[in-house]
Amino acid sequence: MANKRVDEPTGTETVGHEWDGIEELDTPMPRWWVWTFYATIVFSIGYCIAYPAWPMISKGTEGVLGWTSRGALADELEAQEARRAEAVSGLADMPLEQVQGNEQLMSAALAGGRAAFKVNCVQCHGSGAAGSKGYPNLNDDEWLWGGDLSAIQTTLIDGIRQPGNDDTRFSIMPSFGRDGILTGEQVSQVVDHVMSLSGLGPANPAGAQVFENNCAICHGPDGKGMREFGAPDLTDAIWLYGSSRDEITYTVHNARNGVMPAWGERLDPVTIKMLAIYVHSLGGGEDFTQEVAPEADNAPANEDDERT
Amino acid sequence: MSLTEQHKKLERNVTLLGVGAFVAVAIGGIVEIAPLFWIDNTIEEVEGMRPYTPLEQAGRDIYIREGCYVCHSQMIRPFRDEVERYGHYSLAAESMYDHPFQWGSKRTGPDLARVGGRYSDEWHVQHLVDPRSVVPESIMPPYGFLADNELEMGDPAARLETLRGVGVPYSDADVENAEADFLAQADPMADPGDLLDRYPKAQIRDYDGDPAKLTEMDALVAYLQMLGTLVDVDSAAAQEELATETGR
Repeated sequence: MANKRVDEPTGTETVGHEWDGIEELDTPMPRWWVWTFYATIVFSIGYCIAYPAWPMISKGTEGVLGWTSRGALADELEAQEARRAEAVSGLADMPLEQVQGNEQLMSAALAGGRAAFKVNCVQCHGSGAAGSKGYPNLNDDEWLWGGDLSAIQTTLIDGIRQPGNDDTRFSIMPSFGRDGILTGEQVSQVVDHVMSLSGLGPANPAGAQVFENNCAICHGPDGKGMREFGAPDLTDAIWLYGSSRDEITYTVHNARNGVMPAWGERLDPVTIKMLAIYVHSLGGGEDFTQEVAPEADNAPANEDDERT
Repeated sequence: MSLTEQHKKLERNVTLLGVGAFVAVAIGGIVEIAPLFWIDNTIEEVEGMRPYTPLEQAGRDIYIREGCYVCHSQMIRPFRDEVERYGHYSLAAESMYDHPFQWGSKRTGPDLARVGGRYSDEWHVQHLVDPRSVVPESIMPPYGFLADNELEMGDPAARLETLRGVGVPYSDADVENAEADFLAQADPMADPGDLLDRYPKAQIRDYDGDPAKLTEMDALVAYLQMLGTLVDVDSAAAQEELATETGR
């Protein structure tokens, strides 16, 4: 470079070109910076060799280590599975009703169930499983479709009125008012009767007649509900959609057919088992032996009925 | 002649500088454009993916109109925490008919890539009307007006035609029946024709709980209930394919 020279005041070399008398100093980069820069170049070459890096025509370079993000995930999941293996295989092999007898498996199931509940169930049933309007409280001993372990497990696997699932628990409450099955007056009468069942209002004989003709087939002649149809007990103080006259009228007029997703399509059987055990443990779980034959439900059991 | 002297020549000849600049920009352009011609081989083939039905597509348009993507991603990454919460990681094929894709870049709310079937329709409606009634700690704004707004059908055939122009394989029958499909999917009483043959796994029902009218809520819930349900990612064939894949 012909015009390179050392600038006297600073003692630094110039870059060598000059425009209208203006020159530029060629101050060197700090040495630590330069060496770090070289090191990153060396690292990037090593990285390109070891890991997937360059896009080519049909696919990217694979890297000599054979690392993939999916493979890394698979390894991590496998390691996790290995950590849980003892509890999981124990739970998988053990029939649902015997888990409670095994303290170690029981505590594993409760912990796993609690975790799975927080991820999958709280959005509807609430973080304390207390439910809200339209979403049943799982802490009480009211069960719509049955509250023993296997009934809960069935509900979890196939859901309730889940579209597209053939095994789902199913029933349809007719829209008595909207579809013209009952007149407005009859709806009002039967609402009176329903309210009287749990002592919310005076008896209405005309309403009782309407109830017997239209509602008793699912809710039972005494309004105690039937679990085969998920029909709630109307005589107690628990109301899934509210106990005000307006709410009950709305229910009779438009019907309520709550839906619960079928978790068997999403969660593995052991997780479902843990969830069933957890939900069962929340306070309302019913005894297994008592519920071996769910058909025997409409017999006037003392155990309170429906609601899940 | 030194390098700076040569460069000086380039700087002082406007034609030469123009040609040089063009070459430099062209290299950058080729690097960006060329991969688009091989983009198909970045998508692994999976069974079950199909174009969206006209109603799902309308729901998707509402999803975009309301800016749902600003807070919700549709991309489950291959990490344990995400897979355990949201389900199997997303595959490229699952968004191949999205124009534009809805992967998103920020999660203020949860990922929605596999939200379909996870909640009931009633839950979605209630949650969109008043998010805090079901998720007390939610900061999502309410979208109750969707249930009041009648869904503007516009011209669904033209919409499918447009999407076909950018590579979504709608058949002629799809385009022809677009309007009928659009109405039939939200009306369980209507005759769906061969809707289910042309769109496997399409769900036909009244989504918003108001059979009297077709609202924007119907379309949005139909779209949400479809998300992530089309491809059976856990099937043996899909898993085998993914296991042997390398370089991703």
